[in-house]
Amino acid sequence: MIKRAILMLQDGSIYEGESFGADCDAVGEVVFNTSMAGYQEMLTDPSYAGQIVIPTYPLIGNYGINEIDAESSRIQVRGFVVRENCVEPSHYLSRQPIGDYLAGAGVPGIVGLDTRAITRKLRDCGVMMGVLTSTRTPQEAAEILANAPGYDTIDLARGVSTGEPYELNPEDGESRRNIVVVDYGCKYNVLRILRSLGCNIRVVPCTTSAKDILAYKPDGVLLSPGPGNPELLDYAVYAIRGLIGFVPIMGICMGNHLVARAFGGRNFKLKFGHRGGNQPVKDLATGHIYITAQNHGYIVDPDGIGDGLEVSHVNLNDDTVEGLRHKDLPIFTIQYHSEASSGPLDALYLFNQFMQMVDKEKK
Amino acid sequence: MINKPEKVLIIGSGPIIIGQAAEFDYAGTQACKAMREEGVISVLVNSNPATIMTDEDIADKVYVEPLTVEMLTRIIEKERPDGLIPTLGGQTGLNLAVALADAGVLEKYNVKVLGTSIETIRTAEDRELFKNLLISIGEHVPPSATVNTIEDARSVAREIGLPVVVRPSFTLGGTGGGMAHTWEELDSIASGGLMASPTHQVLIERSVAGWKEIEYEAMRDAADTCIAICNMENIDPVGVHTGDSIVVAPSQTLTNKECQMLRTASFKIIRALKIEGGCNIQFALNPQSNEYVVIEVNPRLSRSSALASKATGYPIARVAAKIAIGRRLDEITNAVTGKTRASFEPALDYLVVKIPRWPFDKFASGDRLLGTQMKATGEVMAIDRSFEAALGKAVRSLEFGKKTLLWEDPKWTESSPPDFPMEPTDLRLWSIMAALRRGASPESIAQKTKIDLWFLNKMRNIVNMEKRLLSEPLSSELMLSAKRIGFSDVMLGTLADRLPEQVRQMRREWGIRPVYKMVDTCAAEFDAATSYFYSTYEAENETVTSLGKKALVIGSGPIRIAQGIEFDYCSVHASWALQKAGYQSVMANSNPETVSTDFDTSTRLYFEALDQESIRDILENEAAGEDGEIPCSIVQFGGQTAINLAEPLHRAGMPIIGSSSETIDMTEDRGRFEAFLAGLGIPQAPCAAVSSIDEALNVSKLIGYPLVVRPSYVLGGRAMEVVHDESELARYMKTAVELDTGRRILIDKYLQGKECEVDAVADGETVFIPGIMEHIERAGVHSGDSMAVYPPQNLSQAEIAAIVDYSVRIGIGLGVKGLMNVQFVVVKQDGESKIYVLEVNQRSSRTIPFISKVTGVPMVDLAVGVMLGRSLKEHGYVSGLYPARDLVAIKAPVFSMSKLTGVDTYLGPEMKSTGEVMGLDHNFEAALGKALAAAGMMLPHKGKLLLSIADRDKPEALPVIRRLYARGYSFFATEGTAAMIEAAGMPVKVITKKLAEGHPNVLDVIRDGTVDGVLNTVTGVRAALRDGFEIRRAAAEKRVPCFTSLDTAAALADVLADGSQSFSVKTLAEYRKDESMA
Repeated sequence: MIKRAILMLQDGSIYEGESFGADCDAVGEVVFNTSMAGYQEMLTDPSYAGQIVIPTYPLIGNYGINEIDAESSRIQVRGFVVRENCVEPSHYLSRQPIGDYLAGAGVPGIVGLDTRAITRKLRDCGVMMGVLTSTRTPQEAAEILANAPGYDTIDLARGVSTGEPYELNPEDGESRRNIVVVDYGCKYNVLRILRSLGCNIRVVPCTTSAKDILAYKPDGVLLSPGPGNPELLDYAVYAIRGLIGFVPIMGICMGNHLVARAFGGRNFKLKFGHRGGNQPVKDLATGHIYITAQNHGYIVDPDGIGDGLEVSHVNLNDDTVEGLRHKDLPIFTIQYHSEASSGPLDALYLFNQFMQMVDKEKK
Repeated sequence: MINKPEKVLIIGSGPIIIGQAAEFDYAGTQACKAMREEGVISVLVNSNPATIMTDEDIADKVYVEPLTVEMLTRIIEKERPDGLIPTLGGQTGLNLAVALADAGVLEKYNVKVLGTSIETIRTAEDRELFKNLLISIGEHVPPSATVNTIEDARSVAREIGLPVVVRPSFTLGGTGGGMAHTWEELDSIASGGLMASPTHQVLIERSVAGWKEIEYEAMRDAADTCIAICNMENIDPVGVHTGDSIVVAPSQTLTNKECQMLRTASFKIIRALKIEGGCNIQFALNPQSNEYVVIEVNPRLSRSSALASKATGYPIARVAAKIAIGRRLDEITNAVTGKTRASFEPALDYLVVKIPRWPFDKFASGDRLLGTQMKATGEVMAIDRSFEAALGKAVRSLEFGKKTLLWEDPKWTESSPPDFPMEPTDLRLWSIMAALRRGASPESIAQKTKIDLWFLNKMRNIVNMEKRLLSEPLSSELMLSAKRIGFSDVMLGTLADRLPEQVRQMRREWGIRPVYKMVDTCAAEFDAATSYFYSTYEAENETVTSLGKKALVIGSGPIRIAQGIEFDYCSVHASWALQKAGYQSVMANSNPETVSTDFDTSTRLYFEALDQESIRDILENEAAGEDGEIPCSIVQFGGQTAINLAEPLHRAGMPIIGSSSETIDMTEDRGRFEAFLAGLGIPQAPCAAVSSIDEALNVSKLIGYPLVVRPSYVLGGRAMEVVHDESELARYMKTAVELDTGRRILIDKYLQGKECEVDAVADGETVFIPGIMEHIERAGVHSGDSMAVYPPQNLSQAEIAAIVDYSVRIGIGLGVKGLMNVQFVVVKQDGESKIYVLEVNQRSSRTIPFISKVTGVPMVDLAVGVMLGRSLKEHGYVSGLYPARDLVAIKAPVFSMSKLTGVDTYLGPEMKSTGEVMGLDHNFEAALGKALAAAGMMLPHKGKLLLSIADRDKPEALPVIRRLYARGYSFFATEGTAAMIEAAGMPVKVITKKLAEGHPNVLDVIRDGTVDGVLNTVTGVRAALRDGFEIRRAAAEKRVPCFTSLDTAAALADVLADGSQSFSVKTLAEYRKDESMA
């Protein structure tokens, strides 16, 4: 049965489509992602918490939902906006269609609207809050939107971080390094990669103090990606300050923002962010260019990257800061997703660099 | 900064043949433009005059010379380029670069190979080296071995197990390869493959038929940055050549992990090969696991890279050329966004569907089964936001007459259980649709065809919509749903029982019209600077209607026999001429291989099907404002495709500039045309139009045999034949009446004489003729298959004067505005010559690029000027013939017969060639020698010839044979022909043509390489055709030059006296300038 639904943006524009997935309302920041595959990774990426996501690729759900592509234990997006959802997926790994997956998780979707038009709107006007509903009148929707807290005002990391610490063994059972991963909204693939590199991993909640982290006697700390406004996570900044100088640190995405802040740097919000799998990044140390997976709405202010840090990577599309390195200490961070998933695997080498850094410090 | 070369040699791909089409004109043109941007002098060599790349505006030095090692050596010697880019001219360019290196030429003249090295080419092209390289970097290949003999092929196949794939080394389009399921098949395919391979090598490989076929287009620069431009998924799984597969981009059924796995593998390969530039990598992916193998790598620009370029908007050839001269990807701007850099990967927010255009509408006898040997002559691409819509639009773009997605073969009558031909042929798409219509499940079809269920489910969606349209009242909701999944007005009309015009009217009332979205390489992430659009039924229209003067150029669609690259050349020039005149040029075309669909050729590009519906939608979209004025359309340059739109556009009240649809009809309707010529007192072959066999037989008595018969409104002499008696006429009428729908059959007296043609530009008052072309083959051979020489060699002053006079009077009488092509036949009777008009076409002809280049008269520019209201007088041109240049140019047709099994190669009124070359020099013999060499028709010095001459031709053949004998040729001949030769006192060896009567027979001496050439003429009688058929096929497959016209053979005998040493080596400009100095 076809059920009409609308997506209303903060500026009052309304896009009509059909409801799919769960039949409920969703409020969140509306963002677009330009990846052409990897919708299951997108849905389950904790960094999309608090957001209504629009894949710009129009055909979504073609190969269904499988048991290996999830990046966390649940769907993280608030809502999903697609041009077309595939009701009859075709793939040997597929277990269910995307609509059933959303419905089962209580996440609403809307289908059949001009996603390119919305993308152009967001590109020109910047990202904004929106509401997705199949039951409310536009007036009611506007009211919901007006009363909803802004995306930038919520500490979303706390909502997606693990509640309790847990441990993961290396893939081959042979532990070569102890790594603490601070979970601001970590993706499974970060953990998979570390395990494959012989790391024994301790994943800790985002609120864990430096003392508690160091108590695990880690060989290195990985500050994970995560959603939301990095300026709200003062507790994490304090914790990181307590780690600096004691242990090698790699930061990814949220980790990058927080390390910058720990050294006195600032972050600011981009007009519409970088979300997709085709962003060119130059590693300034080598001059090599990598195509990277990105998902961030904030960047480190190039005029306030933090004392003692230098820019290690830049985005070739808009010259924004994509990575930092400490001039003396074993600390480096990147704004993009070296763990990919979805997206290109070009930046996996950074995990090896982290391992080398850890091993060097260990000696 | 970078150490750029000063002067770079670029080798084109030569004539259009199956497997090597217009995509290399696109590649070469972009590369030359890139060189100019970089301040590097480009020296371009290509034997194909119908290309934009051989324009003097594009390359700095243009050589239209045969693509042989000898000629290239002389060009290198003369020009002394310091670099050579080998990767732009397809397999031809690659092979020539290797041959030049082997001959030591590159070393001798210190020419550096730019981009991809000779070493890399060798590794990628040598299957054994390549396999070892892949294994050494941990990539997966199917078990295989390279062999040089049939015996080894068998022993390898025994190890691997049948079926196996046979792939010959160093051939293009998979020539000579195939899949062997049985030992007999293995023997026959392997022997063909060994023959086709210049190195007599074939690879015997485990079959992965039925796996998903996925392609990646990758780029790498000297700094080792790698990017993937896009991936593509073949709907037809492994087993069908990618050039013959229906393809989507990006991939639809692969997970992100699978995509990244193959992308990473692509980069490993491009790095291992150290390619600097573009590379195409083809994978087979097991649909039931993540197992994959590398099937093929092309270390150069290819058909797929042209497709990827148009599918994404990323100018691959331009960037590859810049990389070749040392630029880094991050130093090159993304010309589409104008802001970002070339070091990124395009994001698509639409999908494209490519469908090959096969020649089986012309070659009904051809083997339609698709395999590893490519058979398509061209392709179409369509862009939309759903698969169903893109597929529907692509089918419309094929221009198969009335063959919409609803078409069914009348033979497909079975209802239950449905059993339709599911083997891969050009008709499989329609067969699948028919099966789905009768209730076959997508699953059952997937099982038979191995086509992924995803695609079949989508096709079933289309069938479901058909059912709704048949049963439900046509509401605006239903119509919108149908439009969103690609139903054309014609299909809607058929199903909902309305005329297409009524559907259009309803659409207008309901406000259902397409919007246009931009191809911007970045899925709208950045505001793009280019104007490349596709239609879709969505909410937001992105085209900003711009005021000001503008005109629409209607392109020529897919490359097919009789409508080739020459019309793209004209369309591109028309677009440029409009821009020069201060107009916005709007281009519509559906062919991804062309220069016309390049993002920077026109002010705005609409990548659309070229039918009435799309063109009218585009024009309405371009109309400025609510009641805006519909812009003018130009229909003269896009071949028959565009000219056919003149009448419907006129009927819809949409303006056409240039000759009016009324005038066009005057020459296309044979009845009206006859009356027109009679009114001018210009002779025309006696003719009549008939619609029944009886009528035809009656008329034939009045006109007298032989006759030329054909349906009205012809394209490339389609279904045209010469008949010599009543039985042949009756047989023709029977089949032709079935073929043609409603139109009458035209019967002309067949005039045996010398055929000539004239291209002219006219403005209503002045008719300017840049030159006359004389055909080497007599009337009866289609003009597109004839060799033609400029200026005429055998016409008297009086004959020339009459031709000019007739042309001028016809042009003025019709009121032609723009281009006109007139074909004449000069008949000599009792010492008197009489000139008849055969045909007038008020559109750009196949020879416009040829005549423009040799005379230096910019025909298309002049024609566009006329259309915009500038008279020829203002340009300084007066009525009459332009003085002939002191050069001789010969256009020779090129065929792709070795690839089309089952097709007869004899020349007749039906066009069969796929492309052409030009031989240019200062005398006839040298020009002809070059043309034959460029066309691959040159015979070796003092070789052996097999002759089989029809009785009717024997008297005429004798002098030709004598001349060949005098040149040192020896002869093998069939019984009757041998008797004639012997009687004339020349030695000859008799070879039987009775294949059942022992060996060696005619086929043996062709296949075992005994003979170097074949001369075989036929009478129009069916039995004779069958007789010679085997001979001609054997010659085509063995690539032995085969002449079926005595005129060609006579010309050949002339040129053989002359060695290639006497060939000049000059640029186009030098050839023309020489004369002005003389």
